[in-house]
Amino acid sequence: MQNVLIALVPAVVASVLIFGFRALLLEVICMAACVLFEFLFEKATKRDLTIYDCSAMVTGLILALNLPPTLPIWMAVFGCLAAIVLGKQLFGGIGMNFANPAIVGRIVLLIAFAQPMTTWVLPNAFNFGADLVSGATPLGVLKMGEAVDLSYGQLFLGLRGGCLGETCILALLIGGIYLIAKKIISPIIPVAYLATVFVASACFGRDPIFELLTGGVVLGAFFCATDYVTSPVTNKGKLIFGIGCGVLTILIRVFANYPEGASFSILLMNILTPHIDALTMSKPFGGAKE
Amino acid sequence: MSKYNKSLSGVSVPHHKNTSEMKIETMPVPDKVYLGMSQHMGAPCEVCVKVGDEVKVGQLVGKPTAFMSAPIHSSVSGKVTAIDEIIMSSGMKTPVVVIEADKLQTLDESIAPPVVNTREEFIEAIKQSGLVGLGGAGFPTHIKFNPKNPDQVDTLVINFAECEPYITADNRVGVEQADHVVGGIKTTMHFLNIKNCIIGVEDNKPEAIRILTEKTKDEPNIKVQPLKAIYPQGGEKVLIYHTTGRVVGEGQLPADVGVIVSNVASIAFVDKYMKTGIPLISKILTVDGDAVANPKNVEALIGTRFVDIINFCGGYKAEPRKILMGGPMMGIAIPDDTYPLLKNNNAVLAFTEAQIDTRPETPCIRCARCINACPFQLMPASIEKAYNAGNVDQLKKLKVNLCMECGCCSYVCPAKRPLVLVNRLSKNMLRASK
Repeated sequence: MQNVLIALVPAVVASVLIFGFRALLLEVICMAACVLFEFLFEKATKRDLTIYDCSAMVTGLILALNLPPTLPIWMAVFGCLAAIVLGKQLFGGIGMNFANPAIVGRIVLLIAFAQPMTTWVLPNAFNFGADLVSGATPLGVLKMGEAVDLSYGQLFLGLRGGCLGETCILALLIGGIYLIAKKIISPIIPVAYLATVFVASACFGRDPIFELLTGGVVLGAFFCATDYVTSPVTNKGKLIFGIGCGVLTILIRVFANYPEGASFSILLMNILTPHIDALTMSKPFGGAKE
Repeated sequence: MSKYNKSLSGVSVPHHKNTSEMKIETMPVPDKVYLGMSQHMGAPCEVCVKVGDEVKVGQLVGKPTAFMSAPIHSSVSGKVTAIDEIIMSSGMKTPVVVIEADKLQTLDESIAPPVVNTREEFIEAIKQSGLVGLGGAGFPTHIKFNPKNPDQVDTLVINFAECEPYITADNRVGVEQADHVVGGIKTTMHFLNIKNCIIGVEDNKPEAIRILTEKTKDEPNIKVQPLKAIYPQGGEKVLIYHTTGRVVGEGQLPADVGVIVSNVASIAFVDKYMKTGIPLISKILTVDGDAVANPKNVEALIGTRFVDIINFCGGYKAEPRKILMGGPMMGIAIPDDTYPLLKNNNAVLAFTEAQIDTRPETPCIRCARCINACPFQLMPASIEKAYNAGNVDQLKKLKVNLCMECGCCSYVCPAKRPLVLVNRLSKNMLRASK
């Protein structure tokens, strides 16, 4: 878990550079709130304390990175409550939850506070203290049927409106490659997810590179979909999971009301995980056929 | 093995082969030996001496009661002072014959090199020698050498992997007793009519590889095959796959795919026995661990208590907190050091507090490391869930019966869950349900 925190450092730095110090404030508050809720719940239910395993901190940070920069603090804290209590502890705590807690927190916020959760500001990169200018995300602009006036380079560096941690693809790739190199995560889910997004968006006649660089797919692919607890255990299962996430993401982007579908697609695939596991049991060496 | 076959997985464990350069030292005869009647896989032996009997070296003290068994001989000359009971590491009670040694080591009159001309005589001689698999499992060798389909067996695989950390006893056998190893191989190949032999040896034993390659250079049918040093390379099915490419399937024996596997120390014993007729009364083992003053490779008599063996190695230099019979991956922790040496022990390791992992067990986070580490691609985390739910059907589906209990899953588990233990319990649950 500590390694996941380390891997998210570039994304945190990028979020501060792009959206200012309020980004850091949200991130710190979410991490603290998640740890606090975990502590209180475990004390209240007399469970073993798990706050030192860093899992609550990871949940808090990933949730914060999935929030818009201007979200009121109390709403963010409410999201943490939903993530830790609803998404994790009520199912039995670490290892028992069926869905990624950070994704649960984000979706609860998105549905409960639709407007603040979709109010975006344009980046004020390297321009600390200046007023934030509101504006839409590139996917939002596209949804409204307008053309997006951003280069791939700007999108890659994250100079666009969006959630705190989703915009800077460079920072996310650094973190993701770190996790893969340290063998913390298997590359199968992120590679399958991103490749599917690329292919599926091309099938719908959309610009595949644009689809990869915008929205939350890269953040989701490396840091949410790879959650051990809520993704399949076998390599074949992971491949199916990644492809499923990619297909659902593009279907939501193309056909649904929401401009972005990464969170929903990961949640839906989380729900399918036990079934994928059951269908992709490993074939033991020398095992006789049933 | 064909280069196109993918190797089985496993774990890279630190080798700690501290004693690999240390010559085998023969331990003097202890004051007393304790001969347990269950020193092998299969039925225990029946005691065939009485308290007060005078016994000689090599005299039968435990008579096999079933086909799957191997006789037990006295390792000393002296007097039977007691017939007690001992609780084995498996939790079963078994009789133990206590013999006070007169230290003269007088050989029993019956001992003479066996006269062997046929396959049947060879197998009978091996049966009388009391030989069991010395690598650890203790499978009676005369049964292994006598498969149902002798004509289909074309390869003898010598298990010289010694993949457990710390243990170097086999390495010393390969280096110091290479003539016995090659002699045993030739005798076995001759009488069992086996065409080829592959000596599978982990590449962390360069000296033994060099010596054995040199000694077998005029034997086109005996091949020394260096293998990657990855645990559990010496698992029988793993070794057969990595040396011959053959897969021993569920419910099959190695002979079903034309292979007989023998440990390197067992095969060296075959040669010694053919020349002297002295049955299996001693064992070469590694004594190591950070609690032992002078780690060594020791040849000790069967039935010597571990405390005597450790005292021969300078005693303890620090308080031992865990004593293992065997290696750290598959060895069994014993309650105290008065336990006697068995035929299939290849090490005794004594560790201090500093070497023991006492981190607490935490919930499974489904990281799948256990699945990736398992050489047979079993799913230990899922097996644990099925076991806890008492779901026998699911355990059957997950093929827990294939588990060789190598311990890779427990070793890699970041949550420190006792996965291999649960696999063992699950196998019992499956057996009980039949």
